[in-house]
Amino acid sequence: MADASWLSEIPQLSRGSLRDIRKFLDTEYRDFSREYGEMIEGFFDPLLTFLVWFEKLLLATPWWLVIAIIAGLAYLSSRSWKLSLGVVISFFMIGYFGMWDNTMRTMSIILVCTFMAIALGVPIGIAMARSDRVQSVVTPLLDIMQTMPAFVYLIPVVMLLGIGKIPGVIAVIIYAIPPVIRLTNLGIRLVDKDVLEAATAYGASSMQRLVGVQLPLAMPTIMAGINQTIMMALSMVVIASMIGVKGLGQPVLKSITNQYFTLGLLNGLAIVALAIIFDRVSQAYAKRSQRYLGGMDNG
Amino acid sequence: MGESGKKAAATTLIKIEGLYKLFGNNPKKYMPLVHEGKSKDEILAETGHTLGLKDINLTINKGEIFVIMGLSGSGKSTLIRHFNRLIDPTEGVIEVEGTDVMKLGPKELEQFRRHKMSMVFQRFGLLPHKSVVDNVAYGLSIQGVSKAESKAKATEWLATVGLAGYEEQYPAQLSGGQQQRVGLARALCTDAEILLMDEAFSALDPLIRSEMQDQLIELQEKLHKTIIFITHDLDEALRIGDRIAILKDGEMVQQGEPEDILLNPADAYVEAFVRDVNRARALTVETVMKAPASRITADTIEEALKQMKGFKGDYGYHINDEGYQGVLTEETLQAAFEDDKKADLDSLQYEDLDAISQDAVLETVIPETLNAEYSLPVIDEEGQMTGQLSRQTLAEVLGNDDTSEDTAEEQKKS
Repeated sequence: MADASWLSEIPQLSRGSLRDIRKFLDTEYRDFSREYGEMIEGFFDPLLTFLVWFEKLLLATPWWLVIAIIAGLAYLSSRSWKLSLGVVISFFMIGYFGMWDNTMRTMSIILVCTFMAIALGVPIGIAMARSDRVQSVVTPLLDIMQTMPAFVYLIPVVMLLGIGKIPGVIAVIIYAIPPVIRLTNLGIRLVDKDVLEAATAYGASSMQRLVGVQLPLAMPTIMAGINQTIMMALSMVVIASMIGVKGLGQPVLKSITNQYFTLGLLNGLAIVALAIIFDRVSQAYAKRSQRYLGGMDNG
Repeated sequence: MGESGKKAAATTLIKIEGLYKLFGNNPKKYMPLVHEGKSKDEILAETGHTLGLKDINLTINKGEIFVIMGLSGSGKSTLIRHFNRLIDPTEGVIEVEGTDVMKLGPKELEQFRRHKMSMVFQRFGLLPHKSVVDNVAYGLSIQGVSKAESKAKATEWLATVGLAGYEEQYPAQLSGGQQQRVGLARALCTDAEILLMDEAFSALDPLIRSEMQDQLIELQEKLHKTIIFITHDLDEALRIGDRIAILKDGEMVQQGEPEDILLNPADAYVEAFVRDVNRARALTVETVMKAPASRITADTIEEALKQMKGFKGDYGYHINDEGYQGVLTEETLQAAFEDDKKADLDSLQYEDLDAISQDAVLETVIPETLNAEYSLPVIDEEGQMTGQLSRQTLAEVLGNDDTSEDTAEEQKKS
């Protein structure tokens, strides 16, 4: 009977060996993080300095100047008075309800994360578009990054770097970077082969083709990726607050544990307002950068 | 067009020898099969490789328009991409001005493409995010020419192709014909000697297409570029080509001047092509006329009558040092002979019959030929009689004679 037990029950590792494996991996990683933790922290120091500086800058700037700058940027990229007015009203309301400081903290971390995601993601996307081999390696990694629960990769990051801004930024970037990589890759691969062939026929070098043809023509798709990245970064704010990232996420977390409904709702709405503003502004900019496709389409 | 081509036909600019292209994962391995003479279908079935081009040999002369013609799938677009190595051959030699293009390294190849050849594409291949003038200047900007200089030159070329004032438009705002003019201007703007045109006019509607053909011919008269032109349209090939090569299933079927192809098709495939061509528009008088007979070279009536005895008909063409004078009938000569047999021929009454030029397109002389009682005399630019054109000849050339049609039909069936 005992021999046929695998028919009714799935074969399992014995508890002992499972515990040994866990123990082995955990000690190895702890040793690793003790050994190299400081070095890796040192590596991220410039980023931390920048992050702190940027947050302080936003907090120190008078509120009306911040609103004016953001409304101005919104107008420059969209040429829409309505959108700019919406920006002014939303930010004023955020301040009026006492969420100004947290909003500035969240904004600073989102902007830095987005910037980092673009700086890392676009080159990776380009590399993927140029080589099928790179694509076949990176694609499953992206799948893991997008589906692995954030808490799972937060554990090693926190073990390595402790609680604070940097682990938060890393977690946000891991979660938010896949769209910009995927869509950069897709955008470049979808560039009209005829146009690319024409560039080659006129003797364009590989760099001239990338900068002069592929990237500009892929830009609408890349912009869609950046837009998605910003949205995903914002959605990570609450989770990041669990490892000590200050901002709009912390009051939300507090309201979950204490059942403060109104506090949660207000901060949640502030996150939504930020998301809508970022989304509309970046989309309007992407649309305006493709004006050349307007007019008659004679294909 | 034919004339200018022939005059410049002295120097070979491009030479292609033994060119093969086998598409697939491992073409080198299966080349022996190709050399064994297996057919395209056999090779595809056995190896999964597609035979794109088979043993192509070509020479293209400086200053001529060389047309490569074939139906879709005949390998013509593959062939043109070998000239600037957008596609690398599996085997064979490509020489341009004596340099072996296959031996160029990547950097040299870029330089070669920048300065030696430019290309016009069927689907235009314009950069949609750049304005029209920047598109035309694209070749120069790739070469690193300063912005001001390349823009000035591009503006000039845009004006040449008739698009002055469209500089700041984007390609999507132009019609197909206008877009292809931009494509043409872009190709001319680099001053490359060789112009590759891949079905450049095929995507345009017929009226615009013939307009563009006229413009190309007009430009070529000024620029004397070497143009390699791909088309699937024999009418277009005959209209602009100095020489034509016909491809079928990756093989060269026939190469020659337009008249050769039209009048002596190499096989049933070419013949089937040729049958639908409007010959009246494609051929000139010179190519179909018969050698001049019935020429009266005498000075006096007596001698003229003697000459006429030897003719088939009862008339002759009077020729003197100044060339063709007119038609004389036996009747007129007889009547005059009775008056004064030593009289000068010039004093006689000619029949009313104007000569036609040997360069005239057949279509333009059809009414005159049909209305005339006699064969029409054909003269060259100096007025010398070079041949004659009868109603019968015209009918034979323009009508499809039954025998050839039958054989072509049989070939098609088999």
